Amino acid sequence: MTDRTPQTIKFYQTGTHTVGNRLLDESKRTVQASMDRSNAITSGHRACQGCGEALGARYALDTAMRATDGQLVAVNATGCLEVFTTPYPETSWQLPWLHSLFGNAPAVATGVAAALRVKGRKDIKVVAQGGDGGTTDIGFGCLSGMFERNDDVLYICYDNEAYMNTGVQRSSATPPAARTATTQAIGEAPGNVFGTGKNMPLIAMAHNIPYVATASVADLHDLEAKVTKAMGMSGARYIHIMVPCPLGWGTASDATIHVARLAVESGLFPLFEAEHGEVTKATKIRRRVPVEDYLCIQKRFAHLFRKDAKDIASIAAIQRMADHNIERFGLLDGEAPS
Amino acid sequence: MTKQLPFAITLDPGSSLANHTGSWRTLKPVYLDRLPPCNNACPAGENIQGWLYHAEEGDYETAWQVLMRDNPMPAVMGRVCYHPCEGACNRGDLDEAVAIHAVERFLGDQALKNGWTPDLELLATGKRVLVVGAGPSGLSAAYHLRRLGHNVTIREAGPMAGGMMRFGIPKYRLPRDVLDKEIQRILDLGVKLELNCKVDDVPAAFATEGFDAIFIAVGAHLGKRIDIPAYAAGKILDAASVLRDMETGIEPPQLGRRVIIYGGGNTAMDAARTAKRLGVDEAMIVYRRSRKEMPAHDFEAAEAEEEGILIHWLRTIKQIDETTFTVEKMKIDADGRPQPTGEFETLEADTLILALGQDVDTSFLEKVPGIVIASDGVIDVDAQMMTGYPGLFAGGDMVPSERTVTIAVGHGKKAARHIDAWLKGEAYEKFEKAQLAAFENLNTWYYDDAPKSVQPGLDIVRRQTSFDEVIGDLDESNALFEARRCLSCGNCFECDNCYGVCPDNAVRKLGPGKRFEFIYDFCKGCGLCATECPCGAIEMVPETI
Repeated sequence: MTDRTPQTIKFYQTGTHTVGNRLLDESKRTVQASMDRSNAITSGHRACQGCGEALGARYALDTAMRATDGQLVAVNATGCLEVFTTPYPETSWQLPWLHSLFGNAPAVATGVAAALRVKGRKDIKVVAQGGDGGTTDIGFGCLSGMFERNDDVLYICYDNEAYMNTGVQRSSATPPAARTATTQAIGEAPGNVFGTGKNMPLIAMAHNIPYVATASVADLHDLEAKVTKAMGMSGARYIHIMVPCPLGWGTASDATIHVARLAVESGLFPLFEAEHGEVTKATKIRRRVPVEDYLCIQKRFAHLFRKDAKDIASIAAIQRMADHNIERFGLLDGEAPS
Repeated sequence: MTKQLPFAITLDPGSSLANHTGSWRTLKPVYLDRLPPCNNACPAGENIQGWLYHAEEGDYETAWQVLMRDNPMPAVMGRVCYHPCEGACNRGDLDEAVAIHAVERFLGDQALKNGWTPDLELLATGKRVLVVGAGPSGLSAAYHLRRLGHNVTIREAGPMAGGMMRFGIPKYRLPRDVLDKEIQRILDLGVKLELNCKVDDVPAAFATEGFDAIFIAVGAHLGKRIDIPAYAAGKILDAASVLRDMETGIEPPQLGRRVIIYGGGNTAMDAARTAKRLGVDEAMIVYRRSRKEMPAHDFEAAEAEEEGILIHWLRTIKQIDETTFTVEKMKIDADGRPQPTGEFETLEADTLILALGQDVDTSFLEKVPGIVIASDGVIDVDAQMMTGYPGLFAGGDMVPSERTVTIAVGHGKKAARHIDAWLKGEAYEKFEKAQLAAFENLNTWYYDDAPKSVQPGLDIVRRQTSFDEVIGDLDESNALFEARRCLSCGNCFECDNCYGVCPDNAVRKLGPGKRFEFIYDFCKGCGLCATECPCGAIEMVPETI
């Protein structure tokens, strides 16, 4: 769908960054730029202003719809995405869509895929999706099973780093130091703890499944390329998309893409692809920033930046996490993934 | 509802489209067109971003047509304009300003090569306008008046049209075939040119010849003189005459072996560089202030120095004794004025060329009733560019203003509009200027670094000895690259960002060339579109309740 090879002529010098471009060949524009994109989630949904998940899910599913020529079934775990799109009896989904329980989306998707196989409908593909809570905590067992059986499903996790729908409680994807309703910014080590948590893309890779990738709403071209690639493969596939939450993160509603971009550019959220357990490609950082730039615009990290008590040690520890990612995935120019 | 619903189902599925989330909004995005800084800075009022837009698509002819709406001489302008647009260009804060002049020159040359002619409907108003002086201002006025349907006659006292473009700007900056062709294209629209025809009696032109309006733009070509004690002076010339003789003289001016040019303006630079090309061994510039205060553009001084011209800063000429010039060192005081130091030195030269500025020859206007000649010898005009004599307008170097070709061309356009309105018995209404597109309005993440394409320069030895053009052309591929470096500040260029980044699908794409519109029924007012718009063409305004 998108061609990320370097262009000899850069359009407005923006061809690889903006959603579309009047000077770009039609086939090289993003799905989101097209007038006939499927709008898998239509208007009128109840997501908050500037919701990253609503955006990320439309980006991913519109791409999957284009890649499968509309022959797609989506299964949804419980979470924001399910709640804000489908308050009975209304729905925002413009594709066949199925919701069962919080923790069983991967298993339901497996069942849908099996049923289609039995019916001989090889043309129809299945996508399962959930938030970080439904993926890394509650649906973890079902997902691991789906991976292990190599079921023909693309599972997409929209990671906003906590249980936002129920009032911002921590999940196993909540980053260290972040304030949530259950990790208050009080005491000697305010916010979430350092050193634990689940890195779901790496766990998925450990299952040796055909394809694992991370993506961000800040890089649409990259995201669409990865979803398109995943839809062209069979077996269990996993894409982990960072989707900032203005409510839970304490960011301005217009800063969703900006903050996601800073996560990528600081190295805290590396964009990479892996096939059969091996990292094959990492997206380079374009303009590196210190993690402080990313943290200081979010209220969930405000306690790190108190007026006369800046938490230098915690910021440095988070910087080390970013530096480690940069080294591990080779995110700077001229470095190969190690 | 007549349909039987399945067991335990009480309602049919409905669409969320019933839920008008627009009611959540406190801020509302609106599209706007801001004024690009390049357009704002252009003395000729060109829609620079407008023509770059077409050049970006490789549609050079449309680009040129858009350019021609404001400026009849793009090939000349791309060469001689000091491009204030580039000084204002927001791209300068990102990497380097877009080389607008180079693209303009490329378009101008394409037009000459391919014989393009301006698109215009020639309405006939039956009005007759006389233009006095065939310099940039007069030619521009004639062109714009012709576009507006008037019959135009230009009378030029000299033997050739072009004014200071010909008699002030040397060939190595403006090749004469380019100038000739662009002038001819204006005449081909039906503008009548009468050469060697001095206008001495303005009221008679109205009364006996029946012109309905007159635009005078005779320029400023009398070189300023200065008194220097000279016991036995060598040759003293003025720069304007030297440059003029280069065009009209039978043989080039005789300058001797060593020349001093006195002054620090662009004319001084041009005179020095011309002298060098005529074969003098030494061309020196003597200027009373320092580089910082000189009126010449820095690049012209730099090019002069590259060609081996020595500039003596902070010196005034006190005395001349045959070939020996006594100069006094100056220093700049706190107010930026040069003050004598009492220290002297001597320079040797055969010829002195004065380049101390030029005055307007206003003698032919002195008896015209209502004309006001300001203390510095220029003609006063009102906001409509009209003099105190009804129907008599003036522009260019002879009115109070900075003196450049581009400003003169701008005067011509402005005067033409006012003359047109005056002839109709109306007043020309100026457009309200849109708010300026500032660098802060841009989201520069979306633009890649792309340094300016450098125009090839003529190599130094040829520059010192010939009158070939110094700055070369952009070729098609780098002209296109250069055009595409435009950030389109403040004006939508259909990058689809707003359409893509809206979490609520509340932006409708209207198709190529038609831009977008907001669907306010669903827009929640998050502001993502405005923040992620690369060029600042969306503004968030408070919602009214």
